[in-house]
Amino acid sequence: MTAWRGLSLFAGDAVLVASKDLRIEWRARTALGQVLPFAVLVLVLFGFALDANRPTLRLATPGLLWMTVLFATVVAVQRSVAVESTDGARRMLLLSGMAPAAAFAGKAAAVAVQLLIVEVLLVPGVVLLYDAEIESLPLVVATCVAATVGLATAGSLLGAVVAGVRAHQTVLPILLLPVSAPVLIAATRAFADGFGTVAVDGWSWVGLLAGFAAVNAVLGAVVYGLLLEDT
Amino acid sequence: MTAVRLRDAVVLLGSFPALAGVDLEVERGEVVLVRGPNGAGKSTLLHLCAGLLRLSEGHGDVLGCDLGDDRAAVRRRVGLLGHDTALYGELTAAENLQVWARASRVDEADVPGALERLGLPTRLRDVPTDRLSAGQRRRVALAAIVVRRPELWLLDEPHAGLDSEGREIVDGVVSAAAAAGAAVVLASHETGPAGDLATRTVTMAGGTLAEGLEP
Amino acid sequence: MTSPEPESAPSEPLIASYLGGPARTGSRFTFWLGLVTLIGLAGVAVLGLLAAPADDVQGDSVRIIFVHVPSALGAYTALGVTALGSVMWLWRRSVWWDITAHAGAEVGVLLCGLMLVTGMLWGRPTWGTYWEWGDVRLVTALILFLVMVGYLSVRALGGDADSVATRAAVVGLVGGVNIPIVNRSVNWWANRTLHQQSSLTDGKLEDLTLFTLFLAFVVAAMAILWMMMHRFRIGWLERQLRARDLDDALAARRAEAGR
Repeated sequence: MTAWRGLSLFAGDAVLVASKDLRIEWRARTALGQVLPFAVLVLVLFGFALDANRPTLRLATPGLLWMTVLFATVVAVQRSVAVESTDGARRMLLLSGMAPAAAFAGKAAAVAVQLLIVEVLLVPGVVLLYDAEIESLPLVVATCVAATVGLATAGSLLGAVVAGVRAHQTVLPILLLPVSAPVLIAATRAFADGFGTVAVDGWSWVGLLAGFAAVNAVLGAVVYGLLLEDT
Repeated sequence: MTAVRLRDAVVLLGSFPALAGVDLEVERGEVVLVRGPNGAGKSTLLHLCAGLLRLSEGHGDVLGCDLGDDRAAVRRRVGLLGHDTALYGELTAAENLQVWARASRVDEADVPGALERLGLPTRLRDVPTDRLSAGQRRRVALAAIVVRRPELWLLDEPHAGLDSEGREIVDGVVSAAAAAGAAVVLASHETGPAGDLATRTVTMAGGTLAEGLEP
Repeated sequence: MTSPEPESAPSEPLIASYLGGPARTGSRFTFWLGLVTLIGLAGVAVLGLLAAPADDVQGDSVRIIFVHVPSALGAYTALGVTALGSVMWLWRRSVWWDITAHAGAEVGVLLCGLMLVTGMLWGRPTWGTYWEWGDVRLVTALILFLVMVGYLSVRALGGDADSVATRAAVVGLVGGVNIPIVNRSVNWWANRTLHQQSSLTDGKLEDLTLFTLFLAFVVAAMAILWMMMHRFRIGWLERQLRARDLDDALAARRAEAGR
């Protein structure tokens, strides 16, 4: 009974924080107004950069798509950090007494939802612009979900590391991008299978993505409170 | 029962000793005014009592919880109004307070009443708080404390930015809280109006405290 | 590494805990350790460059393993020290471990850079390319290098020492936990490693080469210890200096009150 109650309180707090962040994003329109056009622009520019060579574009599609998502992650996490930094708002999370792990889960979930919106736009985008063909929709969807959770958790954790620092805009990519290397590799491989460009076992890559997501979610849940308190 | 007990409390902000050895006791039902010039350490004192800062030296407990290892419990039971309002600018006053109430596990139904008590016009409840004036935002921040009904109120310059009507409302809210048995610590750089509320005034300078008898 | 006070519990009076301790980074021990290390380095250079035979296949380029392999092991050890120190800071707020973690990261970046440069120099004559994407260890090492550079850039952010320690410790922990995942992913991805599978055990190395490599390990370990001890003491003295300034700052602060 008490375990269930604890779990439902945790979930309630996480949903509260996530919906708060998403509502703020919806009002500020940063995600929709800047991240989405940016993502589409990158797709178009890659087309120019690779000289509109369709076979090359098709081959490079998974990598280009996930590079774009990675850049979008940096922007989304920076926004998520900025929301708490203005006018001492972060104090609300601390003083409310909610479990820091729940606050972390909520912050990461809000970033994940925004990234999924970007991906929902990008996948049809590459189908239209790069002539890519989806061979296995379940694989593509599973990859998106697993990779997104991994990027959102690692991003939110490292975002909290640089919160409140003047140089946070430049330091965050230095921290996040190297650690995200496995996501880029695994998601690109899994998409290569999902789009049928390379014959590999995409599902084992999804497993690796899930492992990355789980590890970083646990890490974040454990240390987020220390970051909130100490910085 | 003692709400705040500090013994030789030292707090370092970076390498700057914002508090350089403070001894303070506040009983429940008391309204203590801490006055002193800018930079005396008043805000640091309030943040320490709210469980937001670590003690570098000395001892302290707030509402029976140790400031060394039980700050999380302290934070759950105090109400703090700082220089900044800790409001999300994109959310309305009502939304901010709803999030706060749910996170603090207090009744959301008290939100409209609290906003009304602080005199925020009904039409401003559903306006994003970054479009409110500074004084209106402070009223919203105070309403957040009213919603929580804490055992210890920590108010930094409670009259700052408020018109005379606002000041009267705040004074009423604070005396009501003290009458109900809460302890209140006010910080102000002026003796002025806030002095009328206080049952005791202490003077602060250079990160230390000198208890005085002036009203 | 060695200090008069192994740990500082959070409840201990801050100022008292920093009085005393070494006033410089050298000591009798580090002097002799440094001297023996220098002689050892000279020994490795003579043995490695002159005495040890060239490899049948790789020729003289095999001699690079005397630097490459010890620095690789050292880099991963340093990462381990940083990750462990990060955990100990977050868990116990141990200042000793915090400074050790910082020292480990600085030494680790140096060794990791050395490993990358020597690996690339060796790769050119052996594989015909400086950089081989298919090589798991090379690619993992590059990511490790970048993570450690990130760690040091967080260390350089400045501000409250405790808050910088916590920020950096989280980066150290995230790096330490994710590097094995990076290794796994690169391994699957490349799936065609060119790297030498351990030549130590396959019996192809000459006795003198093996001995030189062994000596190189010992000398590298001594050099790392020497660097870590000095770097640790710099960190310790920095804290001490801040604590001494703190006494003055407290006095000055109290003087504001006219007491």
